[in-house]
Amino acid sequence: MFAPNFRYLQMVMSSEPLSFQDLILTLHSYWSEQGCAILQPYDVEVGAGTLHPATVLRALGKKPWKAAYVQPSRRPVDGRYGENPNRLQHYYQYQVILKPNPENLQALYLGSLKAIGLDPQLHDIRFVEDDWENPTVGAWGLGWEVWCDGMEVTQYTYFQGVGGIEVDVVSGELTYGLERLAMYVQNVDNVYDLKFNKAGVKYGDVFKEQERQFSAFNFEASDVATLKRQFEDMEIQVKRILATPNSLGYPLVLPAYDHVLKASHLFNLMDARGAIAVAERQSYIGRIRDLCKACATEWARQEEAR
Amino acid sequence: MAQLLIELFSEEIPARMQLGAARDFERLFGAKLTAAGLSFDTIKAYVGPRRLALHVEGLPTQTAAVTDEVKGPKESAPPQAMEGFLRKVGLTQDKLTLENGVWMARIEKPGVKTADVLGEMLRDVILAFPWPKSMRSGTSTFRWVRPLKRILFLFDGQVIPFELEGLRAANLTEGHRFLGSGQALPVTDFDSYKQALIDNSVILDHADRQTIILETARAVCAEAGCELIEDQGLLEEVAGLNEFPVPLLGDMDPQFLTLPPEVIKTSMRTHQKYFAVRDADGKMAAKFVITANMQASDGGAEIKRGNAKVLSARLSDGVFFWKEDNRAGNFDQWLTKLKGVTFHAKLGTMAQRVGRIEALARDIAPLVGANADTAAEAARLAKADLASHMVGEFPELQGVMGGYYADAAMLDPAIADAIRQHYKPQGPSDSLPDGAVSAAVALADKLDTLIGFFAIDEKPTGSKDPFALRRSALGILRILRHYNVRVSLSDLAANWYRTLLIYAGEGRSVYVDTENWRGSAGPRWAEGHTEVYKTYLEEFSQGLLESPVWVRPTERDYDLDLMYEHVPNVPEVTDAVLAFRSFAQVGAEFEDFMADRLRVQLKDDGVRFDVIEAVFALKDGDVVRLTRKIEALETVLKTPKGDDLLAAHKRAANILAAEAKKGALPKAEPHVLPGAPDVEMALIKQINLTRRSVEAALDQEKYIDALQEIAAMRHGVDAFLEGVLVNADDAAIRSNRLAILRAVCDLSGEIADLSKIA
Repeated sequence: MFAPNFRYLQMVMSSEPLSFQDLILTLHSYWSEQGCAILQPYDVEVGAGTLHPATVLRALGKKPWKAAYVQPSRRPVDGRYGENPNRLQHYYQYQVILKPNPENLQALYLGSLKAIGLDPQLHDIRFVEDDWENPTVGAWGLGWEVWCDGMEVTQYTYFQGVGGIEVDVVSGELTYGLERLAMYVQNVDNVYDLKFNKAGVKYGDVFKEQERQFSAFNFEASDVATLKRQFEDMEIQVKRILATPNSLGYPLVLPAYDHVLKASHLFNLMDARGAIAVAERQSYIGRIRDLCKACATEWARQEEAR
Repeated sequence: MAQLLIELFSEEIPARMQLGAARDFERLFGAKLTAAGLSFDTIKAYVGPRRLALHVEGLPTQTAAVTDEVKGPKESAPPQAMEGFLRKVGLTQDKLTLENGVWMARIEKPGVKTADVLGEMLRDVILAFPWPKSMRSGTSTFRWVRPLKRILFLFDGQVIPFELEGLRAANLTEGHRFLGSGQALPVTDFDSYKQALIDNSVILDHADRQTIILETARAVCAEAGCELIEDQGLLEEVAGLNEFPVPLLGDMDPQFLTLPPEVIKTSMRTHQKYFAVRDADGKMAAKFVITANMQASDGGAEIKRGNAKVLSARLSDGVFFWKEDNRAGNFDQWLTKLKGVTFHAKLGTMAQRVGRIEALARDIAPLVGANADTAAEAARLAKADLASHMVGEFPELQGVMGGYYADAAMLDPAIADAIRQHYKPQGPSDSLPDGAVSAAVALADKLDTLIGFFAIDEKPTGSKDPFALRRSALGILRILRHYNVRVSLSDLAANWYRTLLIYAGEGRSVYVDTENWRGSAGPRWAEGHTEVYKTYLEEFSQGLLESPVWVRPTERDYDLDLMYEHVPNVPEVTDAVLAFRSFAQVGAEFEDFMADRLRVQLKDDGVRFDVIEAVFALKDGDVVRLTRKIEALETVLKTPKGDDLLAAHKRAANILAAEAKKGALPKAEPHVLPGAPDVEMALIKQINLTRRSVEAALDQEKYIDALQEIAAMRHGVDAFLEGVLVNADDAAIRSNRLAILRAVCDLSGEIADLSKIA
């Protein structure tokens, strides 16, 4: 089975728990060893790491793919003006996608926990059923939430479908909640007290003001009429981009998908403003899903042809 | 005799699926063995987070040769039929025998080695395994609950050659993920398998794990001077999350004890799978029991610390919800929110549902002895907590939270109780709502669910009952019986139809189309006060019972609009946003459905089937009266008078049945004919007297008295039948004697159809 690499062991052995940035660097280094392309965050606002095209689109088609990256994730409705020790409207997910899922993925995953200092001989690590689903991108899979002493530290999923399409090849997806994991590793009760690095910078120094301002923006200052108009613009753009002839001779699915992401974020912003009536909600989600499905279908077709 | 051992080793199987999977494995593989003619002594499946195993004892190593007899065509059948049959059985005609004009083939099946057929059986079972949800992995198309890792397949000590999706069966298993040796473990039979697992920290049997958890959890609580709050459902789930259960007692931050105990318990259970703990005086303790799957090297200190922290975060959310929910004006805000919540696309919003329940509760209140205004107010508030934060987080706390919030808002305690209890009873073992107001709201809630779904034609079929309507029906029956609610089921259904007026409002009107008039009630239907208006409203309400009911968009705001003129070819309603089937249809279906449920309930109570059918034959919609009659009949039938009752009825009924074949029976009342024998006169007199006392007893619902009076007729009937010839030559005499017998039978006609008694 999996034999831990010496470099990680050294990190584990060093008595001081990992800082937030070292946690990321350790995971990068670990998954890099496993052959993953270490990507950078996608530069469009998204609600979850899954939505990065490196996951949602690459999960389609038959081509093997391994990648890992940090993705800032925005959940406007979770903003708490920097006052809640556990909840943020902007946080980081560490995302790993391995396609096809390797036979020893569970062991690889447990190796990554060891690498960041969670010793399975000391903790209670459990795989608890949680079948992941993201209705806005029409994605679903089977898997678990991984518990460490009762805390969910990772979403572990075998993708079965994306964009409403059943996948050809199953990908294994790991989504680590970085702040939670760091709070656990560093044993702090408030996210803002996390050591960001070893030089004394705290998570709160970096993000507290951002949380305050964006909470106020999300709940109070965003303009619903503008958001609504922009949402509709994005919706039109996705369809237009996919239908516009161009010199490549095939639809521009990647730019179209960017616009789906924007529409999705605009929906989240409207939701945080309380501007989505219960009855409208399903219809909005359905509209985004349709856009996503159009992109996914087109991408799968192009992958087939490439 | 040989032993079979199979283990399908996989990544973690969802806890909720494990026991079902074990049952399925046992059943499916057992059926395969039996179908192949392989008998066995015992078969038992085992299940845990990472394995599904099967142990069969006492299998033969070889099956016996068998002869199958196959029926072929008739002797008279055309030659094509014979050719087809010969092809099918692979024989020539000279090998067939003719038995009673039919050709029979005997096909000899030689015995086979058990080891040779097991592989195919396992393949069939695996490929068709009924997991509630299954998945593919990697590039494979094979589906299993989670990736399958190993197959252990031993028969009579030997590995059965078997390969599936690149996995080759072996004699190997694995132990605990962290506490085991990390090596594949060779085994030779079930005992060595079980031992190898124990040596590697795996308790194979789900039941053993449950016992360990329960006993250790009780013990760690007792050590700390508290008591475990037991929870069988949670115990089963937790036993499915552990291979080596280690219950640990954790400490909860005591500041959270200000939360209602149900919230703490539900949060522990739902999110964290912890058991709650009570202290010596029965109050919720600031402790919890976590069942770790780990014997940690520090004795579990880190595990307890980590879990306590997670629980604090969870309960902090609880405190936030509790504070938010208890703000002034909470109920009104929630009720406003319910206007935007769809209950069912064909029934409208939750707010409309609340409107119907409120109207129903007002109607029902007097029947259960509750104040109508109080019941209506309780019903109006009963569903409000569905919009609260806490119930959003923990749906199972519906009602419970509403009760707390009502207490906090200093509402009438009867109303708070009704909010808390109106979902009761939630199953056959749940208690009934306590108190008249609670009963009224509970009844209204269930009636609305049941009749509402019937009205949109969403009835349970076979095993499908997605809205749990059978449970609602049983709840209604239990409340009606317990509270002696005197009402016919038909009237209850009619009450529901009258509530449909609540749909009129804000751009909607309610429309009916009866035989004599069409009409609609618009948004302001309730505002008229004139006498004419009231008459109209009454007529409209009656109309709700005489037609399908539509809810249509309207821009007009008139109150009531009844049109009597005859308009040929009234256009069909095409713009309805909601449509309900007619009361005539739904009411009848509702009564039949309830009657069926009552039959089931009474049978479960141990009532004789024929007694139930005898009383049900009268189609009485008053559940209380119906059950009293049944109880009375059962009581009387247990006494000698029961024999008298049946004997008198039977003799009379038999003769009537025989004579009925000859022609229609007379309908006249019996009367004393001149020159009638004494026994005939005496019986007529006895009939008249008995009839009067039976009527008096029925008026007071003294059914036992009534039945005993009728039973006392036996000797008169016997004497009559022995003393006279019913089938007299004189038509008038015969007719009168038949009328006498009919009158005897009719005496019990208001209580039961005694001919149904076996």
